[in-house]
Amino acid sequence: MKDFDDREERVGKLKGLGCARKRVEDARFTQGKGNYVDDVKLPGMLFGDFVRSPYAHARIKSIDATAALELPGVIAVLTAEDLKPLNLHWMPTLAGDKQMVLADGKVLFQGQEVAFVVAEDRYIAADAIELVEVDYEDLPVIVDPFEALTTDVVLREDLDTSEPGAHGPRKHHNHIFLWEEGDKTATEQAIESSEVVAEEMVYYHRTHPCPLETCGCVASMDKVNGKLTLWGTFQAPHVVRTVASLLSGIAEHDIRVISPDIGGGFGNKVGVYPGYVCAIVASIVTGKPVKWIEDRMDNLMATAFARDYWMKGRISATKEGKITGLHCHVTADHGAFDACADPTKFPAGFFHICTGSYDIPVAYVGVDGVYTNKAPGGVAYRCSFRVTEAAYFIERMIEVLAIELNMDAAELRRINFIRADQFPYHSALGWEYDSGDYHTAWDKALAAVDYEGLRKEQAERVEAFKRGETRTLLGIGLTHFTEIVGAGPVKNCDILGMGMFDSCEIRIHPTGSATARLGTISQGQGHATTFGQILASEIGISSDNITIEEGDTDTAPYGLGTYGSRSTPVAGAAAAMAGRKIRAKAQMIAAYLLEVHDGDLEWDIDRFVVKGAPDRFKTMTEIAYAAYNQAIPGLEPGLEAVSYYDPPNMTYPFGAYICVMEIDVDTGEHKIRQFYALDDCGTRINPMVIEGQVHGGLTEALAIAMGQEIAYDDLGNCKTGTLMDFFLPTAVETPHYTTDHTETPSPHHPIGAKGVGESPNVGGVPAFSNAVHDAFRAFGLRQSHMPHDHWRVWKIAHDLGLHG
Amino acid sequence: MIPSAFEYHRPADVASAVKLLAELGDDARVLAGGHSLIPMMKLRMAELEHLVDLQAVAELKAISVEDGTVSLGAMVTQHDLIDSEELFRAAPILRETALQIADPQVRYMGTIGGNVANGDPGNDMPGLMQCLGATYVLEGPEGRREVAARDFYEAAYMTDRADDEILVQVRFAATTGGYAYEKQKRKIGDYATAAAAVLIEAEGGTVTRASIAMTNVSDTPVWSEAAADALTGTTCDDAALQAAVDAMLADIDPQEDNRGPIEFKRHLAGVILQRAIARAFQRA
Ligand SMILES: Cc1cc2nc3c(=O)[nH]c(=O)nc-3n(C[C@H](O)[C@H](O)[C@H](O)COP(=O)(O)OP(=O)(O)OC[C@H]3O[C@@H](n4cnc5c(N)ncnc54)[C@H](O)[C@@H]3O)c2cc1C
Repeated sequence: MKDFDDREERVGKLKGLGCARKRVEDARFTQGKGNYVDDVKLPGMLFGDFVRSPYAHARIKSIDATAALELPGVIAVLTAEDLKPLNLHWMPTLAGDKQMVLADGKVLFQGQEVAFVVAEDRYIAADAIELVEVDYEDLPVIVDPFEALTTDVVLREDLDTSEPGAHGPRKHHNHIFLWEEGDKTATEQAIESSEVVAEEMVYYHRTHPCPLETCGCVASMDKVNGKLTLWGTFQAPHVVRTVASLLSGIAEHDIRVISPDIGGGFGNKVGVYPGYVCAIVASIVTGKPVKWIEDRMDNLMATAFARDYWMKGRISATKEGKITGLHCHVTADHGAFDACADPTKFPAGFFHICTGSYDIPVAYVGVDGVYTNKAPGGVAYRCSFRVTEAAYFIERMIEVLAIELNMDAAELRRINFIRADQFPYHSALGWEYDSGDYHTAWDKALAAVDYEGLRKEQAERVEAFKRGETRTLLGIGLTHFTEIVGAGPVKNCDILGMGMFDSCEIRIHPTGSATARLGTISQGQGHATTFGQILASEIGISSDNITIEEGDTDTAPYGLGTYGSRSTPVAGAAAAMAGRKIRAKAQMIAAYLLEVHDGDLEWDIDRFVVKGAPDRFKTMTEIAYAAYNQAIPGLEPGLEAVSYYDPPNMTYPFGAYICVMEIDVDTGEHKIRQFYALDDCGTRINPMVIEGQVHGGLTEALAIAMGQEIAYDDLGNCKTGTLMDFFLPTAVETPHYTTDHTETPSPHHPIGAKGVGESPNVGGVPAFSNAVHDAFRAFGLRQSHMPHDHWRVWKIAHDLGLHG
Repeated sequence: MIPSAFEYHRPADVASAVKLLAELGDDARVLAGGHSLIPMMKLRMAELEHLVDLQAVAELKAISVEDGTVSLGAMVTQHDLIDSEELFRAAPILRETALQIADPQVRYMGTIGGNVANGDPGNDMPGLMQCLGATYVLEGPEGRREVAARDFYEAAYMTDRADDEILVQVRFAATTGGYAYEKQKRKIGDYATAAAAVLIEAEGGTVTRASIAMTNVSDTPVWSEAAADALTGTTCDDAALQAAVDAMLADIDPQEDNRGPIEFKRHLAGVILQRAIARAFQRA
């Protein structure tokens, strides 16, 4: 009995896997003691700011910086002409395209960087940008991607249409690529010979990650020792170092990239922006540190947007509802440059996860990338690459098919789910789903909300509405999503040629505490908390005694950074593997100390115990000390390990979300009565951190579905460049969320974890949107595009004749 | 998001403030709570050389209710309007309206004077003041004068106030009867898609007096005498409601923006007005 008590206590002290440990980061954040890039202040630091284009498409006839240069405190005004000798007026994008750093002869979107003013402080810089005179000649503006593919107007005069692009031949001067997956002919045949076919255009509108902290950097070139230090809001600091080295010619060991605390990234901080290049050049030219920090409008208008996918779908089924085929063609609006942040070989990311949670025998996807006069981007806004688009598409198509079949949408999902016994499951579009139990999750979710009861209430509401007794309708938004995260296997995933492995290095100190460094970088995910827990369970040292460090390329091992829910699947796996190396050496040390064979020892929470002799053991603290103070025959001193982890496969988290929404038919307003979110992210490292991630992601999903957008007028003016018009929900708009879970570990991940940070965005958007659609299903609505803000919801009711 | 440089002045009384405005001329502007003016300056839509801050002018912070007349100094904040029990007893619609403006942070700073002097059609207080039949007191180099809120607004950001005048006080009669301020907005911190202020007095279920104004459905607030007349003498039945809405719709002229197209705004204005009338009548 005493033994048992002691074990409980030791597990408790460990604060390892499964513990709802408080986030160690929060002590500094809640006291306002974070250290963000704008907190970096260096002696003699200069400040850079951009002259931006007011036009969406125009030729630049001249730039006159005379008046700006005369303003006291202005050091320099850089234009493309100044960058040309360095060959830095253009830079490569992550998507195999190139992008202007500063406008070279023309501008292609409103807000584009035209000139970079360097001044003694940001106030002078702000005054100076007003004094730079740019003479523009406006050109016809193309904001519609369909028009872009037929118009004579050439956006990218720098490209030759007869030459193939990075992803194959280009059909038209505004066409970027056609990317295809699946068997087109077989899919078309299957659909044509099916009893029921549903067809719909599903648009996932352009939006923006809008992290609370905007993008920025400080570049400091030390001319004495030739070293460049770059602090910045980088989700992938090592990749930035490699790119900076390749672009600038500075040797990679002479560049140090530091991501300090980051105030949210959500994909917005993956790419390389003109501001970084200009700050580096300005620092090299002036010999002084140069800071560049975006303001909110810069961030919304010019740094990477997300989504903007026009998805034309056809789905077919038997009369009984068994799906027989799925066909999808996407017109993807990439804006002025193809600056999507996807693994190199996937110009549409992992969009081909769009068969979702369903066993669909045959499918085809074709994606046409298109240039328009809009800001470049196309980043994964809290989702793995284009997975939220895919999930929205299939979850809308399922609803449309249910309408076509006159069937309950929950039942239609159930009869098409991949069954638990089909895993590992090979999808028609080429993925190998690692594990899942969709039926169990679905039944649990439906029971939790009393689905039958809700449908009954909804039917009564419709009758009451028809009798004129109420003006609110009830919508039940269903979603069962399957995520694909953890990019990814080096054999097919890379960013600019860098394989998408990740890394962890651990040093155990003599007194039994540890420092671990990883190639990822937290932007609010709580890595310092959860990675400590993974390690605690592997190496038997309390997570309170493990410091997690990330984000400094001079100290952290090379890694590909944090996005696409890859940190736990990849770097978390590296941590576990490095921990196991530590434990293997610790076992040999313990065997020496206990004078037994290593095979006679077994691991017990925080120590090695001699099998059958529970009183003979060595704790990790004792072992750590021995590693540094004893000469152990056949073993090097010290206790350190490094692991570079190349995942064998992606992981496939999933979940069942249900949103119950009341809609005021006359005003278009909504009220979310209930939101139930069941997530299965495999092994759960810290339930409290998971819950926080789910709450945050659902709130972003609410924003996207119900109002958030980057909208342009016909002249390419961005209409949503401030937080007055760009919807960022507050606590007032945010409903209560009920979270729940099932736990289906990943069979190939060292601890079975799958990643969760992005699931709520992927699953949340269709749940909110389906609720709106479902409220009007009884009146004949099939499809209405997001965002479902007041006037658009009002318009649905109006067009259905519900305003009398 | 950084304003151009300006000189900052902080007079201690109204007379000095008026004098400063007269001396500095066109390039000067009064600064109250700053929550309309400073955003405009940060966007460089307003570039001013001088700001005359009224924060130190104690005499502008007074609230009084005497002999059925409510007087508010221009620097009374929206938070003060919510906080004052005396005001709540005298004119409860003030609190109901102020609570629907922006968020607590904005309301701690934003003033009644700034809100009504600003001339932004999205501001809520001008419509309310027209509904209340308020009088504005302006002080300039020539002394004081009074102007009715219903005559004050000419077009967006264009008011009857001369550049060298300061709005010092807002005054109106305490209310009796039912009231409602109904507002639809996209989110906290947003201006109205449409809002309606309604005051109704009734006897034995019949409306004896009404006053109705709307916000952000034209380039000025819209006080509709015809809409009020449509209710007077009725029991606020469906026909009367509809007649009031029709009268209001004839007076408004909403424009398309991110909140929606004209067709939606006109429909919504009617819905919001009906709801405001119904609630005010219920309370009458
Ligand atoms: C996020 C946000 C949301 C908001 N939402 C709303 C809303 O929903 N409804 C609403 O009504 N308002 C809203 N506001 C505006 C807010 O109420 C402002 O505080 C108010 O409009 C102006 O009051 P102020 O005291 O801040 O004036 P200031 O910004 O200081 O001044 C505004 C203008 O009035 C002039 N002025 C100020 N005082 C006087 C005076 N005594 N005499 C002469 N001229 C004067 C100034 O020169 C300036 O031109 C919002 C503001 C923000 C920042």
